[in-house]
Amino acid sequence: MARIIEKRKLTPVTTMMIVDAPLVAHNAQPGQFVIIRVDDHGERVPISLTDFNREAGTITLVVQEVGVTSGLICALEEGEELLDLAGPLGQPVSLPEAGHSVLVGGGFGAGAVHPLARELHRRGVTVTSIVGARTAELLILRDLLEPDSDSYLPCTDDGSIGYHGFTAALLGELLEKGADFTNCFAVGPMPMMRAVAEVTRPFGLKTMVSLDPIMLDGTGMCGACRVSVGGETKFACVDGPFFDAHAVDFAGAVVRSKMYVDQERLAVERAAVGR
Amino acid sequence: MPIVYPTKTEMPALDPIERRTSWDEVAVGYTVERALAEARRCVQCQEPDCERGCPVGVPIRAFVRRVALGDFAGAAALIRTKNVLPAICGRVCPVEHQCELCCSVNAKCDPVGIGRLERFVADWERAHHGDGTLAEPERRKEKIAIVGSGPSGLTAASDLVQLGYSVTVYEALHSIGGVLRYGIPEFRLPKAIVDEDVERLRALGVDFETNVIIGKTVTIDELLGEFGYSAVFVGTGAGSPKFMNIPGENLKGVYSANEYLTRVNLMRAYSFPDYDTPVKIPTRAAVIGAGDTAMDGARVSIRLGAKETHVVYRRTQAEMGARAEDYKRACEEGAIFDWLTAPVQFLGDDDGCVRAMECIRMELGEPDESGRRRPVPIKGSEFTMEVNLVVIALGTNPNPLIPLTTVGLETNAHGCVVVDPETGRTSREGVYAGGDIATGAATVILAMGAGRRAATAIDEYVRAKSAAAAPELV
Repeated sequence: MARIIEKRKLTPVTTMMIVDAPLVAHNAQPGQFVIIRVDDHGERVPISLTDFNREAGTITLVVQEVGVTSGLICALEEGEELLDLAGPLGQPVSLPEAGHSVLVGGGFGAGAVHPLARELHRRGVTVTSIVGARTAELLILRDLLEPDSDSYLPCTDDGSIGYHGFTAALLGELLEKGADFTNCFAVGPMPMMRAVAEVTRPFGLKTMVSLDPIMLDGTGMCGACRVSVGGETKFACVDGPFFDAHAVDFAGAVVRSKMYVDQERLAVERAAVGR
Repeated sequence: MPIVYPTKTEMPALDPIERRTSWDEVAVGYTVERALAEARRCVQCQEPDCERGCPVGVPIRAFVRRVALGDFAGAAALIRTKNVLPAICGRVCPVEHQCELCCSVNAKCDPVGIGRLERFVADWERAHHGDGTLAEPERRKEKIAIVGSGPSGLTAASDLVQLGYSVTVYEALHSIGGVLRYGIPEFRLPKAIVDEDVERLRALGVDFETNVIIGKTVTIDELLGEFGYSAVFVGTGAGSPKFMNIPGENLKGVYSANEYLTRVNLMRAYSFPDYDTPVKIPTRAAVIGAGDTAMDGARVSIRLGAKETHVVYRRTQAEMGARAEDYKRACEEGAIFDWLTAPVQFLGDDDGCVRAMECIRMELGEPDESGRRRPVPIKGSEFTMEVNLVVIALGTNPNPLIPLTTVGLETNAHGCVVVDPETGRTSREGVYAGGDIATGAATVILAMGAGRRAATAIDEYVRAKSAAAAPELV
């Protein structure tokens, strides 16, 4: 199990892999994630599902190299196996049956919103996808997301393709112009999701974000991933990962996400000289 | 009554100073001489009350007699008739509340060190490769699924495979053993022992599937349906940590005991960065609670390098839940116990890391529903304790994953799966449960007892069902 069938480098730091995982694909739903471990000394890292195919028994993951473990994952080649793959985890995101959903994906989030787009599209919901990247070459997975979107709107920080600016800024402009969005789903870096939440709040647009806190077991056993939502402590792994963006304590979540920055730096330095 | 040497034969242990920096097992174990001396303290009662104190009914009198006679293989065989994990139980059973409490010499002197002798026998057996080869049972065609590879699941798996069933154990984590793996630290239960017990079960034919979260990857209904299992045993434990819901609980450096111990035990964060999983390194640690898990949290903190480790408990030593031996070891290693003290809030620094804990002193008032005197805050007694790491060890709630995803599985107000205590039968036909998921957080041995009873009940259920399905063969 968990053999990498296909690997594609999307950007210099982002890798997509299709993994043979029939049991995970079998019950996977949009919004869920998996936990993987690369080797015997490895961490357990949560990764959103970018795709799943029940017939083929495969799942698709997009991994961005941010530290030692994600680097090891991206270094795996086709035919190699992930040591451990557990999932699907988390609650499936609750999707509407009608209306117009706007999906916002930043960086690797362009992959994570894809299962939502596909299911919404299947249900006949109008889908607008806003996808952000620093520059045109870093814009990922257009081929996957665009076919399931009624409207596909890329944004780049440098304006090299699509809208010149952040995804949240474009979303704000669309809302100002009276876009008929009934739901918003955002996945990406914390500052992006926070900005989206602030943009949609004055419009009362129901907005869900997928939180990606530090996790350990991913089954509700440890509480590492606790986040404050509407003043209540929730476990992102079993209560989430999607939460009401207007109730999430982003500031607290950002603080907790930096729990091990010193150790991470040490690990990266050490990895540079070989394991 | 014969003359009994009044004190238990001492258990050799690593030096307390030395072990503050060592993850090696603290209690070294009896030598043959010590085991013989201790076994000879047993008066071989006509009515061995000790056996009534054992949740799995180990034939204590008979095995201790074999030890006294120097027949360690015989002793091991006797223990194995009732206990498939003796090396583990001999280390973690709360004997002072069970067999040793009931020991008849206990009134006048120390009880016989039954736990220590059980451990000795199990270790002797391992060292002498006496893996007690069992008669090959008649294979049965039915398959049984076990959910969770902790003490109850391993015991049920062992019994069912020896009854001839095909047994698959599903484990959510990447490693087998449940709480034995992620919860109990190396210095109290070396993981090599868990490995060996798991290997023994594998050799008997038990199939282990890691990384499968029943209720997510596969549901109970699918196990009983398309997967073709005749029955399922749910032993998923009390996996959901309790928090206090006081200010500052989400500060960096405030851990649930589950997270702290899992990082250290399962993920080996004490070897970071050789292992990739980090843990905060304490200088001043506080552990909230006074059960077994709190002792583990305190002793882990000491080993991670804390200069000062406090165990903060709102009641007194008399109400403490920890095993006497672990409390003693924690004291020897330098843990400081703050009885009648409760945290009110955690205070953070500019980076959002915990820097202190505001506490209040308590006094004992009238007894509460648990029969223990209720701790009452003393007004104006607040004080601040500087800490940079906090471990909340106030117990756990049952993991809701399976109750939430299994239609018709009845749970009680605490979220525990409702079972018939004699059989582990749940409200769903073919689904049995035992251990912490049914009782709330308890002990390894109680979970093992539940696994054993459920295995018996599952066997009866499957036989009855197959007899009913094929009456012409009866």
